[in-house]
Amino acid sequence: MLLPFKIALRFLKSSKGQTILITFGIAIGVSVQLFIGLLIQGLQTSLVDKTVGSSSHITVSSVSEDKYITEYESLLAEIKETEGTTYVSASLDNTSVLVKNQDNEDVITSEYVLIRGLSLEEANGIYKLSNSLVQGNMPIQNTNQVIIGKEFSELNDKSIGEEIKVFLPLLNKKKTLVVSGIFDLKVSSLNETWIITDLQSSQTIFETPGKITSIEIQVDDVFNSPNITVSIEEILGNNTNLIATDWQTQNESLLSGLNGQTISSLMIQIFVIISVVLSIASVLIISVIQKQKQIGILKAMGIKDSMASTIFLTQGFLLGLMGAILGILLGISLIVLFTTFALNPDGTPLIPMQLNPGFIVLSALIAIIASTLASLIPAAKSSKLDPIEVIRNG
Amino acid sequence: MDNILQLKNINKIYGNGEFQTQVLFDINLDIIRGSFNSIIGQSGSGKSTLLNIIGTLDKPTSGELYINGVRTDSMKKTELADLRNNTMGFIFQFHYLLPEFTAYENILIPYYMKNNKPSKEVIERANELIDLVGLSSVKNNLATKMSGGQQQRTAIARALINNPSIILADEPTGNLDSDTTEKIYTLLREVNEKFKTTFIIITHDRRIAEKADRNIEIKDGKINIDIFR
Ligand SMILES: Nc1ncnc2c1ncn2[C@@H]1O[C@H](COP(=O)(O)OP(=O)(O)OP(=O)(O)O)[C@@H](O)[C@H]1O
Ligand SMILES: [Mg+2]
Repeated sequence: MLLPFKIALRFLKSSKGQTILITFGIAIGVSVQLFIGLLIQGLQTSLVDKTVGSSSHITVSSVSEDKYITEYESLLAEIKETEGTTYVSASLDNTSVLVKNQDNEDVITSEYVLIRGLSLEEANGIYKLSNSLVQGNMPIQNTNQVIIGKEFSELNDKSIGEEIKVFLPLLNKKKTLVVSGIFDLKVSSLNETWIITDLQSSQTIFETPGKITSIEIQVDDVFNSPNITVSIEEILGNNTNLIATDWQTQNESLLSGLNGQTISSLMIQIFVIISVVLSIASVLIISVIQKQKQIGILKAMGIKDSMASTIFLTQGFLLGLMGAILGILLGISLIVLFTTFALNPDGTPLIPMQLNPGFIVLSALIAIIASTLASLIPAAKSSKLDPIEVIRNG
Repeated sequence: MDNILQLKNINKIYGNGEFQTQVLFDINLDIIRGSFNSIIGQSGSGKSTLLNIIGTLDKPTSGELYINGVRTDSMKKTELADLRNNTMGFIFQFHYLLPEFTAYENILIPYYMKNNKPSKEVIERANELIDLVGLSSVKNNLATKMSGGQQQRTAIARALINNPSIILADEPTGNLDSDTTEKIYTLLREVNEKFKTTFIIITHDRRIAEKADRNIEIKDGKINIDIFR
């Protein structure tokens, strides 16, 4: 029946001031809820991204005596097949000692470096190597070319084309490497100690053909890593020497921090919604009293109680709808302003926020449903109203 | 005799416990279809109470009410709402238009309770009624932008839109000047003759009452005089 809708619309129109006020009330609630929700989401995404965005999410390593993983090709293939994995990179890591030239003599220092042989194509996905290359080129396969970190290059005064000598304790040999590029992974400890080459070069240098020390894996959803770890453990299955380590087990405090943040943001959002609901309910209850006469006469003319309450449910729904639309516009403007004007010194937003459409639609739906629910009390009041009270008392 | 309404032993007692007051005492009344009836009586005698019971807006404390031969005092609220919408039109002293709507829209509201889209016939009927009550020039005015007489005439047209068989009016001209009162009664009589609608009208105005087919006088909650003319 269209009548309740028509009457609701007309009631809203005839008390414009009230309607505008309450719509703005809802809109501000929705925009605050949206802003806080997306702010926390953005904050968490950027935090997680900074923490694990450019590192291994799940690492398969060996607990055997020599720490090597052999016959890894089939493992790699199977892990790549596993749902949720995006990059799967084999690496052969060895600790070596820097050798420096002092007075024309090679001296073994006590400075350790980690020589990482990576399957460069896949590792590039994990570490964004080519993007973090500030000078030079990636190492060419199966040569002694390496890339070094920015800090290492500064500390040891090495630039592109120059040689680095290292001592390999395991082999008791010295080797010479050639710098082909300089990277900046934005983490100074890595920039200082990592020397990256490709896997084959590393296997040749360390004389361990067909062996690696770890498989590094990135997954599409970092919060789903425990499940993927379980799948990977199934693949490792019969090989008891191999273990899979999840980033989450190593970042428990970060995760519990995020969790606390999520809960408090949720609490704020819930209270914002409750205040919206209460304000709509109170305005509509007043409106039922204001429109008592109209409802009474409608009932005398034969409107059903259900239709009479639909008038107020419809008002709640319409107010929710208008408030949600306006609130989304406000919220998005707020977010756009925030990401354009609250900037880091380098011009990137202080907190990168994503206009997550799912979350926006959800906020709007919640606002509309909450407003409609808020109108249940006035709707019930209007349903109960006895026309004789109005007729008798003029 | 074709009775559209029958009241059998209607009693109405207000309040409960020690503060009970009986307002209507064993009212027995038959109303003939198509007749024009007036109810008169002193203030506080129980006229409005009786009319509201007839209109199913109020419930009798005891007794039976038959409308078109169907007993109504035991019907459910939604059934009564339907019954009122289909068979009754109300005209009150305070016009009770919806101030948010225009005269034309107010007239169509009882129709919209059962239909979503106005049919050609009902639009025609609405315009006919507007002409009949002489509102053509103000039909698109909001209810609040009309004079008292215009509002009352709008209420009359509204009461007629669903083609009811009974019109109940409680002092419909109570706060109108005597010229307008005269015009409204002439109009009601016209409607009565044209559509064969049964009228029950409460009035204080003896002159008006004398123009009715039947005068019922209520005194202290009882029918005191009942004259057919
Ligand atoms: N809700 C109520 N509770 C108690 N007593 C009531 C109530 N409504 C009406 N009465 C009493 O019932 C009696 C009849 O009232 P009613 O309104 O029917 O009179 P009336 O004949 O229409 O009078 P008037 O000409 O002034 O309109 C009055 O004495 C009134 O005080
Ligand atoms: Mg009265």
